[in-house]
Amino acid sequence: MLVRYLSQIGKYFLMLKEVFRNPTKWSAMRQLIFKEIDDLIIDSLGIVCFISFFVGGVVSIQTALNLTNPLIPKYLIGFATRQSVILEFAPTFISIIMAGKMGSFITSSIGTMRVTEQIDALEVMGVNSLNYLIFPKIIALLLYPFVIGIAMFLGVFGGWIASVYGGFASSNEFITGIQQEFIPFHIAYAFIKTVVFAMLLATIPSFHGYYMKGGALEVGKASTVSFVWTSVTIILSNYILTQLLLT
Amino acid sequence: MIEVKNVEKSFGDSKVLKGISTVFDAGKTNLIIGQSGSGKTVLLKSLLGIHSPDKGTISFDGRIYSELTPDEKRALRTEIGMVFQGSALFDSMTVEENVGFPLKMFTNKTDAEIKERVNFVINRVNLINANHKKPSEISGGMQKRVAIARAIVNNPKYLFCDEPNSGLDPKTAIVIDNLIHEITVEYNITTVVNTHDMNSVMEIGDKIIFLKEGILAWEGTKKDIFKTDNEAITDFVYSSNLFKKIRKAQNKED
Repeated sequence: MLVRYLSQIGKYFLMLKEVFRNPTKWSAMRQLIFKEIDDLIIDSLGIVCFISFFVGGVVSIQTALNLTNPLIPKYLIGFATRQSVILEFAPTFISIIMAGKMGSFITSSIGTMRVTEQIDALEVMGVNSLNYLIFPKIIALLLYPFVIGIAMFLGVFGGWIASVYGGFASSNEFITGIQQEFIPFHIAYAFIKTVVFAMLLATIPSFHGYYMKGGALEVGKASTVSFVWTSVTIILSNYILTQLLLT
Repeated sequence: MIEVKNVEKSFGDSKVLKGISTVFDAGKTNLIIGQSGSGKTVLLKSLLGIHSPDKGTISFDGRIYSELTPDEKRALRTEIGMVFQGSALFDSMTVEENVGFPLKMFTNKTDAEIKERVNFVINRVNLINANHKKPSEISGGMQKRVAIARAIVNNPKYLFCDEPNSGLDPKTAIVIDNLIHEITVEYNITTVVNTHDMNSVMEIGDKIIFLKEGILAWEGTKKDIFKTDNEAITDFVYSSNLFKKIRKAQNKED
């Protein structure tokens, strides 16, 4: 079992090496990158905005409901919402949601190309199929921090709306909380995590799609396995990065 | 010309190709036939460089594939056209984009030049009003034509076809067979077709090699099939009553 996992990890890194070799002609690559930006980034914005806004609202309500002691200032609602959204919710939990949305799209589209011999067709023509398929996804996901930036903003905004219009704190109290003990490095920490997660989101689902064997049923199975492994690696790298950057 | 010398290939304990040697000539339609599991696909994939033979050599006009550098291999692959069993067209592209793909990737032609060449090959394979359609919007026969157009658009020296008429009705299958044969002669391409369709054999087989359990059991032309006493090939070919009758009639004529 362990040997099998190690061999898969080795295969994953060899794949990464191959992704950056024999690049596809730039004119073709440019079009692929724009297509991937549309499929992976633009198409994800709707769900990211929706989830961020409402989860931000829920975080704010939950915090307010747990602050029963009248000695605790109400601005803590804004403070807790900001910390939860910026440090964990936006970078980590949105990435796990994206592992399901974006990851299964990547695995199933590459897996279908494998099943229908489209990848063989690329190879026979002399195209480096790994570069052709995966490199544009990596480049497109360089824009992923912007998605997370939007998630951060909407999460906090959702918290403010819920807090003010739910009658849990005034606008001034919430905004004071947002500004309280603000550490700019926390933003940097969140975006460093995001870049790492973007790399994982682009490559792990691609790995599972590219090396899948079998037919249509296996494409579905590969998508599930890819979601599990992408989530596991996001959680693990989140732990490691937090340990390295915040302690 | 493609020369195959003593090629062997095993997967685990199973030896799939057992010392195959043959020559595929340019300007001829060379067919590989045999039962399922006889090693046809493995031989075709070895010719394409997807599998590396354990033993033996494959040379393309004197260039031994296993001795080429990765760059030389990649360059050689641009001289190869391939028609896959399921056509393997890119779903996200239109017919025109699929056909123009090799030109876009490997030549410095302008968009206008690519369009001109694409239109020429699309007309050559008799595809009408399909340029802007996606593969999912056209029939299986049309998809095969697009696959052939894509395979020949960059003037390949070698054309490989894996079961080019599987899943097609007999009439369309004959049209596709004839198209492959015409293109082979017209452009002097070395064409290798992997098939177990006996209609194809009788229609376009300039040279036929018959594989049985990984061994080259017989080779000859489509005419030779009617005359041969080789038990392996006669068992395979005359498993159908129709061909038994054709053989009887042929023998009477002789």
